[in-house]
Amino acid sequence: MNTEVPAIRLRGLHKAFGATTAVESVDLDIAPGEFFSMLGPSGSGKTTVLRMIAGFEQPTAGTVELFGKDVTKSAPFDRDVNTVFQDYALFPHMSVLDNVAYGLRVRGISKKERHAKAREALDKVRLADFGERKPSQLSGGQRQRVALARATVVEPKVLLLDEPLGALDLKLREQMQVELKEIQRDLGITFIFVTHDQEEALTLSDRIAVFNEGKIEQLGSPSDVYDHPVSPFVASFVGTSNMFSDEISQKLLGKPGQHSIRPEKLEVAHANEKLEGDQSADGTIADVIYVGSGTRLIVDLDAGMRVTVLEQNDQSYVADDERGARVRVGWRASDVISLGGSK
Amino acid sequence: MPRPRGTAARKGSVFLSSHPRVRLALLIAAPLFWLGVVYIIALVLLLVTAFWSVDSFTGEINQTLTFDNIITVITGALYQTVTLRTVGIALAVTVIDVAIALPIAFFMAKVANNRTRRLLVIAVLMPLWASYLVKAYAWRSVLSSEGILEWMLAPIGGHTPGYGVTATIITLSYLWLPYVILPIFAGFDRVPDSMLEASSDLGGKTWRTLRLVVLPLVWPAIIAGTIFSFSLSLGDYITVNIVGGASQMLGNLVYTNVGAANNLPLAAAIALIPIVIIFGYLALVRRTGALDNL
Repeated sequence: MNTEVPAIRLRGLHKAFGATTAVESVDLDIAPGEFFSMLGPSGSGKTTVLRMIAGFEQPTAGTVELFGKDVTKSAPFDRDVNTVFQDYALFPHMSVLDNVAYGLRVRGISKKERHAKAREALDKVRLADFGERKPSQLSGGQRQRVALARATVVEPKVLLLDEPLGALDLKLREQMQVELKEIQRDLGITFIFVTHDQEEALTLSDRIAVFNEGKIEQLGSPSDVYDHPVSPFVASFVGTSNMFSDEISQKLLGKPGQHSIRPEKLEVAHANEKLEGDQSADGTIADVIYVGSGTRLIVDLDAGMRVTVLEQNDQSYVADDERGARVRVGWRASDVISLGGSK
Repeated sequence: MPRPRGTAARKGSVFLSSHPRVRLALLIAAPLFWLGVVYIIALVLLLVTAFWSVDSFTGEINQTLTFDNIITVITGALYQTVTLRTVGIALAVTVIDVAIALPIAFFMAKVANNRTRRLLVIAVLMPLWASYLVKAYAWRSVLSSEGILEWMLAPIGGHTPGYGVTATIITLSYLWLPYVILPIFAGFDRVPDSMLEASSDLGGKTWRTLRLVVLPLVWPAIIAGTIFSFSLSLGDYITVNIVGGASQMLGNLVYTNVGAANNLPLAAAIALIPIVIIFGYLALVRRTGALDNL
């Protein structure tokens, strides 16, 4: 991967709006054909990075390279990059077909040819019969697909997606995730996907950059980021984690520093039962929450912290649990994630 | 939780919440009265008066139906000339105002930061706080042969246009400019930035973006602005009195017929001309589709 020219190369990217720094010294290489996600809470700088790649914002410092070519100062219309906007930004006065054909129209392609290509693109997103409609006559999911067709019909080398699924309901979102992945495989181009939804990022991406306060906190594959978070922020933002402070770690794990463990890696048994894990702690059940596929137990450990345990519903314990019951929580030492020195 | 006690206000609210028609009646009674009695009836009376006549001997109004006034107004050379002049002035004012308002409104809505935008909105509105007459007389002084315009233009060989049609166009353009800027500003403001970005992203350079995306979206707002400048210019007679020299507009003819000539029916007939023109203008505008989203 390192031998080829990256699709996007960011070096020392920095963006300040007045006194506030939105993005701070971001270095990033994104490979051709990669599905790359930028994940972070709102205000973490991920969208600003995307907008600098698209050319809507000028970086305060640093460079943006597109396939080895410096485009830092280029206008958006001079970059081989297209964007699917969060609000879709479809032109309300144009038909769906004209919307999709817009990029071809401004390139001076004849009406016949651009309409043929636009129809083809609409066909790919299964909207072949909707060309004559206005965007206002479409549902959210359909508009989303039109935006996708409009951005891909001009054959960009990189497609930028700014929280494109944010406005859709859960069912549609899951369906669109599958479609996005398929489209990306078909086109074989780089997708850069901005989201605050960690599950979406984990499902779709080849690699994820976790943003926090304008910086990349961790860069890696979904399993890297989920199983080996490098900081308390990543551990708590990506999925849920039980965080052990330095003090608790010394009590329960017998070593200093911050640690975390995923709720699904914990198991619960009655105080006198045998556990599979090699470490354990006693506590009292504070709450039992049924979540469909499993049950979430909130346990107050005697060591002085509260942990969340996720039990699959086929597991034995669940049937007779109750609030106030004394339990033992166990885990494998190998599932404990070290988050570095004490803070 | 104890319920609120049954006061008169509460009983009233209970009654209103279960009687939507009474609610609606209370809401629109006052505006409906205003529109119906004060506005529509006055307009109808004007229309009716145009078909009456004045006894030239006694000066009293004769209420028998006649088309004489209408025929006079349509065929009289004076009325034709003045109508053409008035429409010409109104069109010129509208074109000038739109040409000035478009860049200002675009700058206010899309380029300026919040602070500058607020300042500009105030600057645009501020002339409206000053009296119409003061502004017209200020322009009379600017345009006079010893005025500041002459002083500024003389070194480069230019001259003030003096009082006349040109001066009227300049002054009216100034007077109605805020009414054109504000709707166009609101129109630009409603175009999301992402719309401009999307066009640029897809390869549209500035000019293409303006023509294919921005202009169609603000078109209704531009039309709204032109309705203001066009109709206000059509009805004006004070500015032309102050800076127009000997030129007359339709308003002047109405004025002299109501006053000096004591011929209210003829004045009403003349007043129908701008009404007909505005209707024609609106019909034309409607065909462009600009009023569809009103």
